Amino acid sequence: MKFVDEFRDSEKALILRQAIHHIAQILEPCLQRPWQIMEFCGGHTHTIFRYGIEQMLPDCIELVHGPGCPVCVLPMGRVDDCVAIAENPQVIFTTFGDAMRVPGSQKSLLQARAEGADIRMVYSPMDALALAKKHPEREVVFFALGFETTMPSTALTVLQAEREGIKNFSLFCNHITTAPTIKAVLDEPDLMLDGFLAPGHVAMVIGLEPFQFIVRDYHKPLTITGFEPLDILQALWMLLQQFAENRCGVENQYARVVQTQGNTTALKAIHQVFATRDFFELRGLGSIDQAGVGMRPEYAFFDAEQKFKVKNLTMTDPQDCQCGAVVKGLIKPWECQIFGKRCTPENPMGALMVSSEGACAAYYNHGYGRDAA
Amino acid sequence: MCLGIPGQISTITNAACYLAKVNIGGVLREVNITCIAEEGTELQDLVGAWVLVHVGFALSRIDEDEAQRTLQILAELGELQVELDAIQALGVSA
Ligand code: SF4
Repeated sequence: MKFVDEFRDSEKALILRQAIHHIAQILEPCLQRPWQIMEFCGGHTHTIFRYGIEQMLPDCIELVHGPGCPVCVLPMGRVDDCVAIAENPQVIFTTFGDAMRVPGSQKSLLQARAEGADIRMVYSPMDALALAKKHPEREVVFFALGFETTMPSTALTVLQAEREGIKNFSLFCNHITTAPTIKAVLDEPDLMLDGFLAPGHVAMVIGLEPFQFIVRDYHKPLTITGFEPLDILQALWMLLQQFAENRCGVENQYARVVQTQGNTTALKAIHQVFATRDFFELRGLGSIDQAGVGMRPEYAFFDAEQKFKVKNLTMTDPQDCQCGAVVKGLIKPWECQIFGKRCTPENPMGALMVSSEGACAAYYNHGYGRDAA
Repeated sequence: MCLGIPGQISTITNAACYLAKVNIGGVLREVNITCIAEEGTELQDLVGAWVLVHVGFALSRIDEDEAQRTLQILAELGELQVELDAIQALGVSA
């Protein structure tokens, strides 16, 4: 496929590997400890594991897998709210497939469906809107989740519902925002990050400006990064060059998709429909200031939170679950006491085991750390 | 859910609703193109454009020149390495 295959070319990957090793060799003698580079986004984690990128890197580069997988940071209380909405007999609850298996405090959506709730997986929020039109007698709720990458699609769907005067459609809005989440990671006292591979598809929507604070206030360089293996290798190489030349900036490896100003139409739709919440809870990271968005009062009519009066309780994770420490990069997944024992992709205890973009599932599925477990 | 997939716009199916058929790996899918439509230009002009599709929405045009530029940098990096290796090899034998 065009724009995919070229960026998986193994010859070019070898060139980049060599270039990375070359810089590392020069700088390694001055290092007190390995560089810690966080790939924030679960999509990057996925590519890194799928193509064995960690094995291609010199020992002085350590990748820390960040919390940027929206399914993984979904708090249990919100899953409970989903289940409560979905169990309303009037409701058709629609969701991206990724969220089906995230454990709630009682059950996941998958279990709720097995018990009779009408829960349907859709590819796009537009499919949910189409269902609402087809079933005017039912209430169709779409479970909106994701960082800024998925916000334009849900915002535009709400605007479309408004235009068409559709009354039986609403969003259960759980969108989260990237910059406050990265800030929470950076404020973690035990973390020693040296730089970031920043999420290319978030930047495609919001542009480069919202990432500047990482450089300005925290003095960490970063590269906006695409999702193919060559993208990741090139971004790492660019980051190392920043280290080598003592520069600290926001650089864009993913220029074929990301424009400096982001996508203005998408941003306009987002701001029209959503407003920043004062705080939002992320699993493993706790409550973070301004980390989420909710529906603006003008769109309250499409807000499932108000239509169904959700409880929004905070549920604490099971005691021996260490998702928080993994999400913050403080421990490696296999260092969690229940990794591969009571927590497996077939029977996940924590959300990081659910999605293929979650660090624990990625390690488990690729056979890492299993001996240790 | 968060990963985009490249496709090429093949026809505009409903200009009022900004809908187009996009060829994604040989399969035609209906995609919302609101976010890549530019004010003052005809939607028809987007036919043939490469876009990145996320959950049924095209959120970015893929810039072919930029893609080429990235690959070109890597090709040059490869040539440079070959040269460096040659210099190193010469240095050893000299
Ligand atoms: S192994 Fe399971 S419980 Fe432990 S950190 Fe990973 S997902 Fe969380």
